[in-house]
Amino acid sequence: MIRPLVARLAQMLFVMAGISVITFAIFFATPGSDPSARIAGRNATPETLAAVRLSFGLDQPLPVQYGLLMQRLFITQDLTSFMNRGEKVVPQIVAATPVTLSLVAGAALLWVAGAGLFGVLAALRPGRALDRGLMLLGLVGVSMPVYWLGAVVNLVTQSRFHDSWLFSWVPPLGYIAFADDPWGWFKVLVLPSFTLAVFYIGLYSRVLRSALIEANQQDYIRTARAKGLSERRVLLAHALRTSLVSVVTLFGLDFGALVGGGALLTEVVFGLPGIGKLTYDALQALDLPVIMATVMYASFFVVAANALVDMLYAFIDPRVRDA
Amino acid sequence: MTHLVGGPAATPAYAPGLWRPVLRRLRADRGALAAAVLLLAIVALCLAAPLYAARIAQTDPFRSNISGQITVNGAARAVIEDNAEGLGLGQTPIGPTGAASYLLGADSQGRDVAARLLYGGRASLLIATVATLLCMGLGGALGVVAGYFGGVVDAVLSRLLDVLWAFPVYLLAISLSIVAVGSGLHLGPLVIDSGNPLLPAFIIGLVGVPYVARPVRAQVQALRRSDFVLAAIGIGVPTPRILLVDVLPNVSSTLLVLVPLLMAINMLTESALSFLSIGVQAPAASWGTIIQDGLALLYTRPLVALAPGLAIMLTVLSLNLLGEALRDALDPRLAGRRS
Repeated sequence: MIRPLVARLAQMLFVMAGISVITFAIFFATPGSDPSARIAGRNATPETLAAVRLSFGLDQPLPVQYGLLMQRLFITQDLTSFMNRGEKVVPQIVAATPVTLSLVAGAALLWVAGAGLFGVLAALRPGRALDRGLMLLGLVGVSMPVYWLGAVVNLVTQSRFHDSWLFSWVPPLGYIAFADDPWGWFKVLVLPSFTLAVFYIGLYSRVLRSALIEANQQDYIRTARAKGLSERRVLLAHALRTSLVSVVTLFGLDFGALVGGGALLTEVVFGLPGIGKLTYDALQALDLPVIMATVMYASFFVVAANALVDMLYAFIDPRVRDA
Repeated sequence: MTHLVGGPAATPAYAPGLWRPVLRRLRADRGALAAAVLLLAIVALCLAAPLYAARIAQTDPFRSNISGQITVNGAARAVIEDNAEGLGLGQTPIGPTGAASYLLGADSQGRDVAARLLYGGRASLLIATVATLLCMGLGGALGVVAGYFGGVVDAVLSRLLDVLWAFPVYLLAISLSIVAVGSGLHLGPLVIDSGNPLLPAFIIGLVGVPYVARPVRAQVQALRRSDFVLAAIGIGVPTPRILLVDVLPNVSSTLLVLVPLLMAINMLTESALSFLSIGVQAPAASWGTIIQDGLALLYTRPLVALAPGLAIMLTVLSLNLLGEALRDALDPRLAGRRS
């Protein structure tokens, strides 16, 4: 029981180290241009360039530079932006985190409910019109660029039909903190969460349906039917429970990935100042210290979340637990 | 993603007509046929972009035309019209004219949206195709090598793939793009400069490598232990020949199924990168950059942003439908369980 956990943790640390080396190499060791010019941003003065060189130790060997960057990112946390002079990067990320978490949590709630409903409905009568329709709808959902869907939602709710009774409640784009106004926080997050959830509703309802149909052919389901249980009870109490195991793993991975950067496009379209928006603004300004920091923190979060899911999985699934 | 029940050796690769029944099943699938027709139509339209711009719309979709005049139904109209609404200070590009020129209206630079849409599609399709080929080639090769040779080679490659796999796709693509957009890409003798549309293709292809390499590696690992490969090794068949004749045909269906699905994902990634302004660089256009341009006009001329999004959706949808049909056609057992 303990051995696999330790092994998984060791693997997590290895992957984190690997990611940090790759990120460092991309930003500091790509041939072709001077990293100090890249970090300082557009139209930097010679003084800024000199400051960058000193601050990142660019005159020292690469391993020292790597160590210095890691130290400033994670230990002293005093990495500063050269575009917005003196603005510390790490506190910005910390401040943006609740926004992203709110958005992703809302979306997760919607997609679990939506996918559960659609997946079960489709699996009730495989091959029938309802099943085919829902599955096609799911495929459409996974085929749309999320930022475009967000633009369509904005067009309908902010402009074309904003004055109708249906969408007059929609607040202007932006974010309201939960502590300031819980009801406003809720209203501001409904549509972005829905937009973000559409892709996952499509994906998960398809996954759940396949898992249910596969479970339906297992022996224990035949046993349950033979006991004379109602079809509904067989589906909901027996088939759904086993099917959930695969969905739960997927859910953990996707939730982690969304918090760590996947929600970027949605945040940009709806003007939500989360980690993704922070990255986007830094991209527009070519503010590399901010990008480096968000990339590093977000991917570490994703890797840690994945490791956690794997370990939880061992507790959920007795087949893995006892192996 | 794919369920390989009983291992890949269950279907002999050289049975006459492995592909014929697959094709037959594909042809019998009406959804797949419709998707293929739609995809071909989109590709053909996009390939005809220069023809459309020169002959029908008679415009240069890459030159801004802010003070231009066109004739619609006999009346002369400015391409960028002064806006009388509100304070009357704004300017609005001309909306859909329904005529040959500016069929879908103009964007904020006074460029023909319909012509740009076709050119943008060309770029998007090209990038997604090149990226997919790169994924397939590099991922397939890495997977075969790691799976077949095992040992130290496999350990090193697998750890590298683990790290790439765990790196969030957008973050890796963003990191690579932001550096490459500034200075181009220098890989030894290979130099891709920053304006080249192949740069995003290269980045997207690289990011997708683990998605191909990992399933291929697992399958080749199983093949390596199979009787016919062991027999081939036993009678002294040279390794390259074993890889080519015994291993590759057996992973070909895995690779084939991945093609449309990967292409769909690559289309979406390309559009996202271009939307974030780190994909295709101006003055070139892709569907993603046109949506980005159109966002500024979203409430006045929504079509500029809506049309390329619809185009992406239809293309990706038909690719997904094709991918699904292909998977079912290659593994009828699965199809039976699915329907």
